[in-house]
Amino acid sequence: MPAFLRTHLTALRMLLAMTAILGLAYPLLVTGISQLAFPARADGSIVEHDGKPAGSRLIGQAFDLPQTDPDAPARPDPKWFQPRPSAGGYDPTASGASNLGPTSTDLLDAVAERRAAIAAFDGVDPATVPPDALTASGSGLDPHISVAYAREQVNRVARERGIPAQQLNHLIDRHTDGRPLGFLGQGGVNVLQLNLAVAALG
Amino acid sequence: MGATPAGWLQAIALVGALALCHRPLGDHIAGLLTSARHLRAEKALYKAVGVDADADQRWPVYLRSVLAFSALSVLFLYGLIRLQTHLLLSLGVPEMEAHQAWNTAVSFTTNTNWQSYSGESAMGHLVQMAGLAVQNFVSAAVGIAVVAALVRGFSRHRTDRVGNFWVDLTRISLRLLLPVSVLFALVLAANGVVQNFHGFEQVTTLSGGQQSIPGGPVASQEAIKLLGTNGGGFYNANSAHPFENPTGFTNLLEVFLLLVIPFALPRTFGRMVGDHRQGHAVVAVMGLFWAASAVLVTFFEHQHSGSALQAAGAAMEGKEQRFGVAASSLFAASTTLTSTGAVNSFHDSFTPFGGGLTVFDMMLGEIAPGGTGSGLYGMLVLAVVAVFVAGLMVGRTPEYLGKKLGGREMKFASLYILTTPTIVLVGTGCAIALPGERAGMLNDGAHGFSEVLYAFTSAANNNGSAFAGITVNTAWYDTALGLAMVFGRFLPVVFVLALAGSLARQRPVPASAGTLPTHGPLFVGLLSAVVLIVVGLTYFPALALGPIAEGLH
Repeated sequence: MPAFLRTHLTALRMLLAMTAILGLAYPLLVTGISQLAFPARADGSIVEHDGKPAGSRLIGQAFDLPQTDPDAPARPDPKWFQPRPSAGGYDPTASGASNLGPTSTDLLDAVAERRAAIAAFDGVDPATVPPDALTASGSGLDPHISVAYAREQVNRVARERGIPAQQLNHLIDRHTDGRPLGFLGQGGVNVLQLNLAVAALG
Repeated sequence: MGATPAGWLQAIALVGALALCHRPLGDHIAGLLTSARHLRAEKALYKAVGVDADADQRWPVYLRSVLAFSALSVLFLYGLIRLQTHLLLSLGVPEMEAHQAWNTAVSFTTNTNWQSYSGESAMGHLVQMAGLAVQNFVSAAVGIAVVAALVRGFSRHRTDRVGNFWVDLTRISLRLLLPVSVLFALVLAANGVVQNFHGFEQVTTLSGGQQSIPGGPVASQEAIKLLGTNGGGFYNANSAHPFENPTGFTNLLEVFLLLVIPFALPRTFGRMVGDHRQGHAVVAVMGLFWAASAVLVTFFEHQHSGSALQAAGAAMEGKEQRFGVAASSLFAASTTLTSTGAVNSFHDSFTPFGGGLTVFDMMLGEIAPGGTGSGLYGMLVLAVVAVFVAGLMVGRTPEYLGKKLGGREMKFASLYILTTPTIVLVGTGCAIALPGERAGMLNDGAHGFSEVLYAFTSAANNNGSAFAGITVNTAWYDTALGLAMVFGRFLPVVFVLALAGSLARQRPVPASAGTLPTHGPLFVGLLSAVVLIVVGLTYFPALALGPIAEGLH
């Protein structure tokens, strides 16, 4: 057999062997152990509401009013704490960012519009709206908002639901994920878990 | 704790963890690259594959083995992607077009992991596991194998043998990458990274809407995606996606994983050439550039310059709340200085200078610390150039690690450092000259130019990250960037292996009073200066038109 052909045959057999070990055995082993040791996490940290799965603790959701006209823009539901803007409308089949540049006029306009809309919606001074409320996340599925943005929404949710603001502030404290080990990343308030707790108040 | 001390502590913890692993991991890699013993399982594998494991190869044979293995990998992956609609676990994804399948096959084989597709809507689980993740392992192993051959060129004398590619590939995959991946995949899964074979699970959200929760064997792929400096995300949002990177803890773990092998390899180098101080000098240069870049990107992102970011009050566009500015900047600098290209935040929305630095990081040639293997061979080629420049200044024949650097060696080194800039600048120039390709930019003006420059820099340096606003799933971009990845990967490999062969043949030259010591601060300074000058002179005009123009505007 010519050397050229022999080298390629060796390469092919090596690739198939590696595919069996690294492409099949390895992920199956990791899946097996994960499913035995921490099944809830390996299956996506699903949370339930009224006994039915209502999403993942890790994946952000939109909290909009029911759509009557599918072409109309989504309107936020004032009874819920609102998440950050999302480039993909919190659709996990289309994760991603806006990719608008730092000097983009489109982004500049979007920030100004969001600032005005949120200030009106929450009844606050436009200057106090925090940056995470004005910018879209990287994944489009960010489950968190800053504590500042959660606090800013308290009065609106309290008014809409007839719950004392004090009680909502307490729930925010309970559902704030701090920095892991005290210094890793940034932490924030998990919006879905906060809203689940709000719903449980009735 | 405030954001600033937390950011510093995070970086210090990372450096500490990397420093702890530098020695044991570097020694482990040196051991597996030099040991004469085969494990029983490996012997069985060699027998099945038909490899004579005890026969070392001459450099052309080593090169042919690398190229044959990579070419078959491209073909196999291409076939798998094109046929995936007929395979198990395809989740009903549509058939991928030929140009995009070519681009993806090349991308994963060259350790680039540029993605012109979106993971959750284009790839079934079987292709992710048996196609993409396998290349995550073996493309990383190929990089380490090539640098092993180069280091043997320095450490061996008067021989034409540089090692056995099949043995190197097997040992690096099975004794290094696989066990570390199993361990960290489990740690990631324990912290919320999903690991299952589900498709999309429909749920009714709290406010009554519908949402599809994705599944997949993500943790197993995530671990090797970072450990092998690959960077191809299971999902479109890559490591910004909460299922790939759920917490600040997994985030630091991911940055650690993508840096740990490249920062350990200088120890392997020092050990194999029998002088640890040589490895220290190399790791010092890598560390200097990495630290400078991480600090500067963080500084610019905290400043949040740029009209839109100023209006928002912080550079949080494209960044996740759970990571914030510091952890996003640390990830960005690390991923672009290695050949990883995974992202936990979207570089297109970074500040002009912060984003510009991520392009500059890649332009350095991905040597600080660079990709698995490719980072060290890039740095050693630049060390050869630095020694040569010093030789010119004092008028002596230059020598490095006891090997003379003559005309032949310098030709290979020069060709190496010319390859990537040529691909980047010609590719960017062509794209900008063609009206249809210009239309692919999302942003306009200088930032749009940066998107194109970033794309070719990323492809030719086998990074894989993007200023992702640009639309690259067109026949032209898929083909052109695919070619940039192939040439950017394999031409340097040819020159490195040729250099290895030429060094191995020589008899060692004893050090004399005129020999330039290649350890210690003087050499670290010289090598750093050579890196900066080579890159600066080559890319300054292009950078001036893109990020610098935008930043000074």
